[in-house]
Amino acid sequence: MYQIVTKRRLNDIETLMEIKAPAVAAKARAGQFIMFRLDEYGERVPLTIAGYDAERGTVTIIFQHMGRSTKMLAQMEEGDYISDFVGPMGKPTHMEGIERVMIVGGGVGCAIGYPIAKEMHDKGIYVEMIAGFKNKDLVILEDEMLAATDKLYLMTDDGSHGEKGFVTAKLQELLESGAKYDAVYAIGPPIMMKFTCATTKPFGVKTIVSLNPIMVDATGMCGGCRVTVGGEVKFACVDGPEFDGHQVDFDELMRRNAFYKPDEAEANEHICRLTGGVRHG
Amino acid sequence: MANMSPKKNPMPEQEPLVRNRNFEEVATGYTKEMAMDEATRCLNCKTKPCVSGCPVNVRIPEFITQVAEGNFEEAYKIITSTNSLPAVCGRVCPQENQCEGQCVRGKNGEPVGIGRMERFVADWHMANGKDQTVVPKSNGHKVAVIGSGPAGLTCAGDLAKDGYEVTIFETLHTPGGVLVYGIPEFRLPKAIVAREIENLKAMGVKVETNMVIGRSVSVDELFEQGFEAVFIGSGAGLPQFLHIPGENLLGVYSANEYLTRINLMKAYKKEYDTPIAKSKAVAVVGGGNVAMDSARCAMRLGAEKVYIVYRRSIEELPARAEEVHHAKEEQIDFRLLNNPVAIHGDENGRVSAIECVEMELGEPDASGRRRPVEKKGSNFKLDVDTVIIAIGTSPNPLIKSTTEGLETNQKGCIVADDSMATSRPGVFAGGDAVTGAATVIKAMGAGKTAAASIREYLNKK
Ligand SMILES: Cc1cc2nc3c(=O)[nH]c(=O)nc-3n(C[C@H](O)[C@H](O)[C@H](O)COP(=O)(O)OP(=O)(O)OC[C@H]3O[C@@H](n4cnc5c(N)ncnc54)[C@H](O)[C@@H]3O)c2cc1C
Ligand SMILES: Cc1cc2nc3c(=O)[nH]c(=O)nc-3n(C[C@H](O)[C@H](O)[C@H](O)COP(=O)(O)OP(=O)(O)OC[C@H]3O[C@@H](n4cnc5c(N)ncnc54)[C@H](O)[C@@H]3O)c2cc1C
Ligand code: SF4
Ligand code: SF4
Ligand code: FES
Repeated sequence: MYQIVTKRRLNDIETLMEIKAPAVAAKARAGQFIMFRLDEYGERVPLTIAGYDAERGTVTIIFQHMGRSTKMLAQMEEGDYISDFVGPMGKPTHMEGIERVMIVGGGVGCAIGYPIAKEMHDKGIYVEMIAGFKNKDLVILEDEMLAATDKLYLMTDDGSHGEKGFVTAKLQELLESGAKYDAVYAIGPPIMMKFTCATTKPFGVKTIVSLNPIMVDATGMCGGCRVTVGGEVKFACVDGPEFDGHQVDFDELMRRNAFYKPDEAEANEHICRLTGGVRHG
Repeated sequence: MANMSPKKNPMPEQEPLVRNRNFEEVATGYTKEMAMDEATRCLNCKTKPCVSGCPVNVRIPEFITQVAEGNFEEAYKIITSTNSLPAVCGRVCPQENQCEGQCVRGKNGEPVGIGRMERFVADWHMANGKDQTVVPKSNGHKVAVIGSGPAGLTCAGDLAKDGYEVTIFETLHTPGGVLVYGIPEFRLPKAIVAREIENLKAMGVKVETNMVIGRSVSVDELFEQGFEAVFIGSGAGLPQFLHIPGENLLGVYSANEYLTRINLMKAYKKEYDTPIAKSKAVAVVGGGNVAMDSARCAMRLGAEKVYIVYRRSIEELPARAEEVHHAKEEQIDFRLLNNPVAIHGDENGRVSAIECVEMELGEPDASGRRRPVEKKGSNFKLDVDTVIIAIGTSPNPLIKSTTEGLETNQKGCIVADDSMATSRPGVFAGGDAVTGAATVIKAMGAGKTAAASIREYLNKK
C-alpha cells in the first residue's frame, strides 16, 4: 500500500499529490512515469513523474480529473492509501549534446515538461519554455516553471493571463525571428504535439514528444501501447515514452486513445451517480 | 485384478452451451468414487514409463496405489515430494505428451487418468487436509527470485524449505505469472494460485509486488542489498505480432493484452473498472493454448461468432488436446490451413474484417512438421470486429539490457547450463525466460533444479 502524503488541488480540473514510494523515488528520472492502481477493482493508469525526493521517499504526480480512476484519486485525502504504485517506467529523457532547449507544454502537459525543464536547468542547459493553458484559472506550476527556466512564455487561449494565443503561434514567432534550439520538447494533448511538430518541421529543428497511449502493464508485455514511429511499430512504455515527433503517426494515436470512450463515458456516469467517489475497503 | 476398461472415468463437466457463457470452472473434478475406480486401472508397471514422461518425475504408481485404497492424504504426500503445485499441474499439464503419453494402458485404449487423479488428490487435500506449515529455521542466507510464475514459485519454495531467506520480486500487482494473468479462471481458478502463494508466505517467503527488476532495482543492486544469489524466472512475456497491414486498427489485441484485461484485471466482472471490447465476431490467430484461451474468453464475453485461424492442420495444433476438444464443444469455429494476410477497417479505424489465404501442406520443415504453403488467389474475408493475435511470445529484454554480462541467444532467451547457471556468477535462470514459451511443469522443473544449484553454489562460497 502506498500513502498519499500531500494533496494539493491545483484548480478545478487538476490535482497534485506526493505519494510515499521510496523504491520509485530512489530511481526516478525526468521523462519517466509510474503506474497506479487505486484498489482491487481499479485500472492500471500511467502518470508522469512530476517530481521526486529520494530522501523523503516521495514521488510527485499531477493529474487531470479525466475519467473514473483519476476522478476517484482526486477524491482521496492525505493519509489515505492506494493499493499499487510502480515505477519508474519508460526511458529517462535524453539530454546529451543539448545546450539550448525549448520546452512546449500544453495544459497538464506542463506537469510533464516541468521536471524535464528543471533537470536540464540544474545541469546548466539553457532552457526556454512556452506554457499554454485555456485560461487563467487553469494555470499551474507558474512559480516552479519560472524558477526552472531561463525564459518562460506563458500563454492562455483567451488572454486572461500572460499572452493571448496558442503555444504553436508563439513557437512559430520565435523560430521565424531566428531563435535557435538544439531540440524542442513538446508535451501535451496529442493534437497539440501534432501541431507543434508541424510548426518545427519547416525549420528542421529536432522535436521530441512524450506519447501517452493507453497502457496496461507498462513493461512491454501487452503491446496495447503500440504507436507507429517512422513506419515502425514501437511499444511506448518501453521504447519511449519519448520519440522523434516528426516520425510519429499522431492520427493513429488519437484514434487508438478513443477506443474505450463510449464505455468510459458510461462508467463516469456511474461514479457520479452511484458510488459518489472512492471505494473504501 | 485390474480394471480393464479401455476408457478413463469421464470427467464431470459443465454443459458446453452453458459454460461457454460463464467463467466458472469447466471441469468440476472427480468424486472420491471416480478417483478410486480410476486408480484400479493402473497396472503398477515395474518399469514405470509414466514416471519418466513427467518432467518432475511424480511417483505416479505409488500415489495411485494410495488413491485406490482411499488414502488421499498419503497420496498427496507422495505427489508433493516432487511436485509442489499438483492442483495446478493436474489441471493444465499437457498430459497426453507427458505422463499419460507414456502410460502402457494408452497402447490399447485410453491411458490412466493420471492428471485427473492428481487434481482430485490436490483438491481433496485443500478441502480436507491440514497444512502443517513448518516455518523453517533461517540459515541466514538471502536469495532473490525475479518473477512469480511457476519457475519462481518452485525455486522459492524449495529454498525456503531449506531455511534460505527468499524474496520474490514481481512486476505486476498480483503474483502468479501466467497462472494469474494468462490462464483463465475457467481452467484454473485463481483461488488455487492464491492459496499456493499464501503457503509460501507462511513458510517465510517475502513477496514484493510492483517491483520491476531492471527499472525499480537492477540485478547488480540486488547483490549490493545483500542477496547472495539471484534466480531469474521472468518468463516469456513479449508478444509477437504478424506484421501485416491493419494490425494497429482499433479492436486488434495481442493475446497477452486481451487475457490480462480479463484474467488479471477481471474485465468480465461488473465491479471492476477494466474496459474490454464488446465483440460480436472475433478471429483469434494461432493454435496453441493461448489461442484456445483467448477464443473461449471471447465467447464467454458474449461474442456471437469466434474463429480460430491457424495456418497448419489439426494434427499440428500445439494446444492441449482437451482444450481443443472443449473449444469445439463450445462452438468455436476452427478455420485450419488459413493464414491471415491483412486486417481491414472501417472509416473510423475499427476492425471490420480479416483477410486470409488458404494453405496446403508441403514438405516437412526444420521442426519436422509439414510446411504450409499458400494457395495463390484463394484469398477470402471473415467479417469480424475483433482480432486477437496469439502467435507466440519471447522473453522480455528488460533484464538482459540492464544486467551487464548476462548472455542471451538470438531469440532473446537467457543462456543457462544444465544446472541453470547463467554467464553471471551467482545468477541462475529457468522457465520460459530460458526455453522460450513452454509449459508450467517444465518451468517448475527448472525452478527446482536451480534451487538445488543455488544451494550448492552457496555452500561452496
Ligand atoms: C506515459 C504516460 C504519462 C501520462 N502522464 C500523465 C500525467 O502526468 N498527468 C495526467 O493527467 N495524465 C497523464 N497521462 C494520461 C492518463 O494516463 C490518462 O488520462 C488516464 O487514462 C486517465 O485515466 P482515467 O481512468 O481517469 O480516465 P479514463 O476513464 O481512462 O479516460 C478518460 C478519457 O481519456 C481517454 N484516454 C484514455 N487513456 C488515455 C490516454 N492514455 N491518453 C489520453 N487520453 C486517454 C479516454 O478515451 C476517455 O475519453 C499519461 C499517460 C501516459 C501513457
Ligand atoms: C494463455 C496461456 C495459456 C497457457 N496454458 C498452458 C497450459 O495449459 N499448460 C501448460 O503447461 N502451460 C501453459 N502455458 C505456458 C505456461 O503458462 C508457461 O510456460 C509458464 O507459466 C512459464 O512459467 P515461468 O515461471 O517461466 O514464467 P511466467 O509464468 O511467465 O512468470 C514470469 C513472471 O515474471 C514476471 N516478470 C517479468 N519480468 C520481470 C521483471 N523485470 N521484474 C520482476 N518480475 C518480472 C512476470 O510479470 C511474471 O509474473 C500457457 C501460457 C499462456 C500465456
Ligand atoms: S506433474 Fe504433470 S506430467 Fe507430471 S504426473 Fe502430474 S500431470 Fe503428469
Ligand atoms: S504406465 Fe500407466 S499403468 Fe503403468 S504404472 Fe504408469 S500409470 Fe500405471
Ligand atoms: S503497456 Fe503493455 S506493452 Fe506497453
